[in-house]
Amino acid sequence: MRSAIHLASAALALAMLSLGAAQVAAAADTPDPAADAKAFQKFFTDKFPKVKLDDFVNGPYSMNEDMHRQWEEKEQFPPYDFSLDLGKEMFAKPFKNGKSYADCFPNQGIGIRQNYPVFDEKEGKVVTLELALNRCREANGEAPFSYVKDDMAALTAYMAFTSRGKPFDIKIPSDPRALEAYENGKRYFYTRRGQLNFSCASCHVQNPGERIRAEVLAPALGILNAMPIYRSEWGGMGTISRRFTTCNSQIRGVPLEPQSDEYRDLEYYLSYVSNGLPISGPGARP
Amino acid sequence: MRKSTLALAAGLLIAGAASALAENSEADFKAAYAAAEAANKQAASLHNQWTTTAAALATAKKAADGGNFDQAVAGSKEAEALAKASIYQAESEKDAWKALEIH
Repeated sequence: MRSAIHLASAALALAMLSLGAAQVAAAADTPDPAADAKAFQKFFTDKFPKVKLDDFVNGPYSMNEDMHRQWEEKEQFPPYDFSLDLGKEMFAKPFKNGKSYADCFPNQGIGIRQNYPVFDEKEGKVVTLELALNRCREANGEAPFSYVKDDMAALTAYMAFTSRGKPFDIKIPSDPRALEAYENGKRYFYTRRGQLNFSCASCHVQNPGERIRAEVLAPALGILNAMPIYRSEWGGMGTISRRFTTCNSQIRGVPLEPQSDEYRDLEYYLSYVSNGLPISGPGARP
Repeated sequence: MRKSTLALAAGLLIAGAASALAENSEADFKAAYAAAEAANKQAASLHNQWTTTAAALATAKKAADGGNFDQAVAGSKEAEALAKASIYQAESEKDAWKALEIH
């Protein structure tokens, strides 16, 4: 009888142990964006202890003193100024129907860049600022702009400028679809692709501050806070869509359509893990 | 035993050389090109095409248009190999990406 009790206790203990192990495994697989963001930011501040958290938004210019000096000099006469002026003008100009961009956004579109992308619970998808701008145009009878060209860069430059210094404040609502979009973005970020077998993380997590040919790689932390950017290499302005598609081409991968679900989710993930860092766009890069 | 191995190796070499010398026809090109395109379509369904696959397909097509079917078949086979590598990459990355994640 006693041995039977021992056997039953042992079986119960084993069952509880395996239940506990299953719970730990499930916890490890349960998405936790807040913990991700904390670990993400810690990774970079540990890797670059001399760089202040807010300074990561300056990309390669935060990586060494010489480059930081270059950035300070550039900021005297910023190359994105012409785009900013154009964007301000475009933003204020009414559409043919008399309405304007201000009618499509909270707070008339001023100082709201830090809240994008948003998760639209009606649509069940991520909506970026670029996408929201084109939807605003189409809703008012205007043709959409190319996501990778100067007009979109100018508009987003102006909207970023009105948010300068405001910390990224991306929200993930309590909606399984939002969490799924976040997870899809994370998976895209870490997935190797293209003939060169690079992921976004290969450059911007594993090698920020290192050179790839003549370029100094930017850290992933704060990488979107400075968008859109004037790039000397491009000889012009570039949107987030342009940055994503160009990165894919550079590793010999066929880029997806700008504002495809994958890119929207990627922007959601990358913006979320930079929550708390200030918007610094429009920016300038080598 | 050694003699028979040597004979087999020599035979294979001769067969290989003969096939390398063989001229490819338009039909050979069409079959090779179709196989490459099918693999590239599969890569597209995985959202993981490579630019080099498209370039190899274009080169193969150009060679075929110029009547150079040997080059066209070689280009098609290269495109197929690239497309298959991109499929393998997409499949293996379904789990492998987790190894890079910051925790």
